Amino acid sequence: MQTPAILTKQFVATGDQMIFMSSFFRNIFRPGFEWNEFLRQCFIIGYKSFSLVGITGFILGFVLTLQSEPTMKAFGAESFVPSMVAISVIREIGPVIIALICAGKVASSIGAELGSMKVSEQIDAMEVSGANPVQYLVVTRILACVMMVPLLTLMADALALFGGFAASNISNRITATLYFSKAFSALTFTDLVPAVLKTIFFGFAIGFVGCYKGYNSDRGTESVGIAANSAVVAASLWIIMLDAIAVQLTSVFAYN
Amino acid sequence: MMREIIDPDKPHHGETINQAKEAVVSIRNLKKSFGSKNVLSDVSMDLYKGENLVVLGKSGSGKSVSIKCMVGLLTQDSGSLKIFGSEVKDLSEQALKALRIRVGFLFQSAALYDSMTVYQNLEFPLTRVIKLNDKKEIRARIEEVLDGVGLLDAIDKMPSDLSGGMRKRVGLARTLILKPDIMLYDEPTTGLDPITSREISELMLQMQQRYQISSIIITHDMACAKITSDRLLVLSEGSFIAEGNYEQLENGPNELVRSFFK
Repeated sequence: MQTPAILTKQFVATGDQMIFMSSFFRNIFRPGFEWNEFLRQCFIIGYKSFSLVGITGFILGFVLTLQSEPTMKAFGAESFVPSMVAISVIREIGPVIIALICAGKVASSIGAELGSMKVSEQIDAMEVSGANPVQYLVVTRILACVMMVPLLTLMADALALFGGFAASNISNRITATLYFSKAFSALTFTDLVPAVLKTIFFGFAIGFVGCYKGYNSDRGTESVGIAANSAVVAASLWIIMLDAIAVQLTSVFAYN
Repeated sequence: MMREIIDPDKPHHGETINQAKEAVVSIRNLKKSFGSKNVLSDVSMDLYKGENLVVLGKSGSGKSVSIKCMVGLLTQDSGSLKIFGSEVKDLSEQALKALRIRVGFLFQSAALYDSMTVYQNLEFPLTRVIKLNDKKEIRARIEEVLDGVGLLDAIDKMPSDLSGGMRKRVGLARTLILKPDIMLYDEPTTGLDPITSREISELMLQMQQRYQISSIIITHDMACAKITSDRLLVLSEGSFIAEGNYEQLENGPNELVRSFFK
């Protein structure tokens, strides 16, 4: 029986991704790590996403508080709002929303940048000069994502708590000390550690998918747009699937 | 199709011209196809030490594919491709890297790294490929090669600030900085005005004479071919159909070959 073409295509794509991933891991430990390019990428990915991620985080906490407060009030559980916001933001909403935003901003820009370098033969030029384009372009970008996405998420989580505090003060008067002590008293390390760990994988997914799509884009200007677009779609799917796995693993190992 | 060798000193018994010279690139029966499209059906040629070989051919005839096979960017389906006596497709990763240092490649678009200045573009192969660390020596080599292409003033500019001709010159400088033995030019004058094209062609000739480089020049530009060529090959339908110097091919019997010169 012949394998359907769509399955064959999928297997070939998976094989390609595995080869690309092994090339990334091999090149991490090669001598001549590109520190300058790595720091430049950390600046681009981290610092330049700071405002978008910060505003998103703040509004996330603000809106969540405003939406949940009336319902909680009806049950006389208004005092649990800070705890609820803290747990839901830190465990789940913060990491996933920030990772999806980074997929939109970072994966697309990496995909487009490497795609246009491929189209304008800059990657080929690096290769034929005897330099190592994977070490210079891919390793630095993926590692910068692995480092910056968790930091951006932690910052967004903190700002979400401030957003929640601001929203609570619209209808009620609550001191910062009371609000934050309520929020932190509900949190444990089993909330924070798995959440931070999964953002490392989200960062890897964003960097890897962006680099893979850009590095393997076709010739022609249209392929740059396709690389950027498919990087966002694939990275978002990776994030959702990784989150589902992470939640299952956390339920089994952390909360039991 | 038999190759028409137009040379008054053509040796007997099927010998190729220039056989007495040392071949630095030797290709035999090279075949390359993409899917069902046969791009190179039977390519055989030699590049001799110190010569400028121009390859002419219509767009899509496989000229660029043949030189991309030489640097391992593409792998042939069958046939032999030897550079300095080594079969390129059989080289290990390290050996291929060593070979690439000796073979310079100027891309059609110049392929400058657009996030780096001209200085950083030229520094890139020095620090990454031959691992040069001495800042003074790096600067001296960059200035020497930029002076050679007449662009010392552009050392701190970004590629986006350069004209097409300047980008080609910087691309040439970046390739020459590793002092290659062979240069492969992929349509070096495409997209340039006639005056700049002439300047680039003359620069290529100067560089060949200064550094004793053997070159393969892929071009459609007959003015460039006239200035730079010691020998020309014409590629059609996946194989070479004519070989000779500029005047011989211009006045030769083949109508297709002569049409390039009109």
